[in-house]
Amino acid sequence: MRFELMPRTTVSPVARALASVVAFITAFLIAGFVIWLMGRSPVAAFDVYVLQPLSDPWALQELLVKATPLILIAIGLSYCFRASLWNIGAEGQYVMGAVLGSWLALKTHGTDAGIWVLPLMMLLGIIGGALYGLIPAFLKTRFGVNEILTSLMLVYVAQLTLDYLARGPWRDPKGFNFPQSVTFDPAATLPPIMEAGRVHYGFLFALVAVAVTSVILGRTLFGYRLKLTGDAPRAARFAGFNSKATVMAVFAISGGLAGLAGIAEVSGQIGQIQPSISPGYGFTAITVAFLGRLNPIGILIAALVVALTFIGGESAQILLKLPLDLTQAFQGILLLCVLAADALVSYRIRLVTRGGAK
Amino acid sequence: MTILEAILLTIVTASTPLLIAALGELVTERSGVLNLGVEGMMAMGAACSFAAAVTFDSTLLGVAAGIVAGALMSALFALVVLGFAANQVGSGLALTIFGLGLSGLIGAPFVGARRDPVPPIDVPILSDIPYIGRLFFEQDLFVYASFALTIIIAVYLMRTRSGLTLRSIGENHTSANALGLPVLKVRFLAILFGGACAGLAGAYLALVYTRFWSPGMTAGRGWIALALVVFAAWRPGWLLIGAYIFGAATVLQLHAQAAQFGLPSQVLSAVPYVATIVALLLLSIRHGRAIGAPGSLGSPFVPDR
Repeated sequence: MRFELMPRTTVSPVARALASVVAFITAFLIAGFVIWLMGRSPVAAFDVYVLQPLSDPWALQELLVKATPLILIAIGLSYCFRASLWNIGAEGQYVMGAVLGSWLALKTHGTDAGIWVLPLMMLLGIIGGALYGLIPAFLKTRFGVNEILTSLMLVYVAQLTLDYLARGPWRDPKGFNFPQSVTFDPAATLPPIMEAGRVHYGFLFALVAVAVTSVILGRTLFGYRLKLTGDAPRAARFAGFNSKATVMAVFAISGGLAGLAGIAEVSGQIGQIQPSISPGYGFTAITVAFLGRLNPIGILIAALVVALTFIGGESAQILLKLPLDLTQAFQGILLLCVLAADALVSYRIRLVTRGGAK
Repeated sequence: MTILEAILLTIVTASTPLLIAALGELVTERSGVLNLGVEGMMAMGAACSFAAAVTFDSTLLGVAAGIVAGALMSALFALVVLGFAANQVGSGLALTIFGLGLSGLIGAPFVGARRDPVPPIDVPILSDIPYIGRLFFEQDLFVYASFALTIIIAVYLMRTRSGLTLRSIGENHTSANALGLPVLKVRFLAILFGGACAGLAGAYLALVYTRFWSPGMTAGRGWIALALVVFAAWRPGWLLIGAYIFGAATVLQLHAQAAQFGLPSQVLSAVPYVATIVALLLLSIRHGRAIGAPGSLGSPFVPDR
């Protein structure tokens, strides 16, 4: 007796959304089982991970703060993944955007530079991320180097660059030798949307990215070109679509959005440069993009759901002494479940008994 | 022992985990499956082997635990990419994220513990050869195993019927299936072998190379192993050379940090990663597209009927 996969001819969008829900529940059950294996109560963990953040207004704001970089990065990645291009170096592009944007913040620190600082910082963040994302794109289009490995290797280089800057030239001389820069001036700090709130303008950027991407992917020739390049590269070539230009474009877009996420996080949330400015947003965003079915609205929802695991993970560390690594393990299992659930959508599973249809 | 000899000795130690992990991945990829989860499987191999070695005070059990952990991780990957025909790039990434997280959970209670060095095994007569004798014939068992594995895999792939089957499945799974070759079964075994090798490489890192465990200790070695397979054009012999070039780069970089050339340590730490990109670039410039890549690499197989 064994199972067989039969390709489906039509797939409804509802089935696709449902597959994500099924995947999420499966991942939750697996995580609960692991927690039970560790000798802890899965019910208590569920309470801390999910119910408490959702019932606490402060935690709800925190949810939007944590979701902001995830939305921005995952929206960018959806351009790449739709075209079957594997940019897995968003973490590095995020860091480089933060570095270039922060350069201006530190350069203008202590001067009475006006309101132009903040927009320029965001712009520099986009440019930094986009340029860094263009390195693997250029190597791929010009020399045919596989983008998976180059984009990933550049993550390590970016992290080391940030580490060097935070411990070396950008360290606050009056900071008691802590490896961190001065705190950004108010002129270089992304303000909260509502007064005394926690959610900064980065969340607004994320919503704009979702809206613009919905239009681009659904209503423009460029969006159609992406889909065609990914699904049928030969057909795309015959149609006269320049695939090299497409590669450069999607890497620039995803790098730029990751860079914006980086500078928005540093400017709106952290407020200074540190050796580490991300709990792995760039990698988690890959899970978010797939959980959201590479669809802008789907990504928005998926990012909010996954952000919950970050907040839950932090409080579980304090309240239940569950290590933060559990969150990462959960995110990995979640991505595996999402990809496996794709099979339920794309194929019908048929049970074949021995001696049956061969 | 001279300083030069000591440096060369550490190059062997640094290269061995890269070689072992890359050999496993090479077999997996030759069967047409791209498993990007090497880093995660290696991390699990390191954490589980160290946990077992400390708990039972046995290096042997530690190594066994590492291999089993790597194989189990790869079995999970196989379930998703073979059973559900899921996207291999995404699934491999997920495996890496999962493995790095889970290894952190498993290793957490063992942070700070140390293991004694694994005694080297002296090959009589051969170890007396000047210069290279002590370098290659007074090593731990893993080093000999990695050399043996290189030869065995090269012979298996190129000289045996079963190896030919594996390669033809990797070249074109549709034709192989039409010929009646068991595509999914061979791929499953190839994935398991790759996982076991990654686990062994992780065990080597934790039990021989560092002799302690810390989170994220694999530090991208799994990814470098993946790059090595491309660099070696999917040939075991070239893999051996590539692994030693990268091992040397890693070690020299460490010595350069100790010597304090006035360069920031981060610049030198970036050397292995930049070197990987440069190596891939040079290879592509010389040969155009990646040469030697199995035809069906990375594409899911669903029997057509």
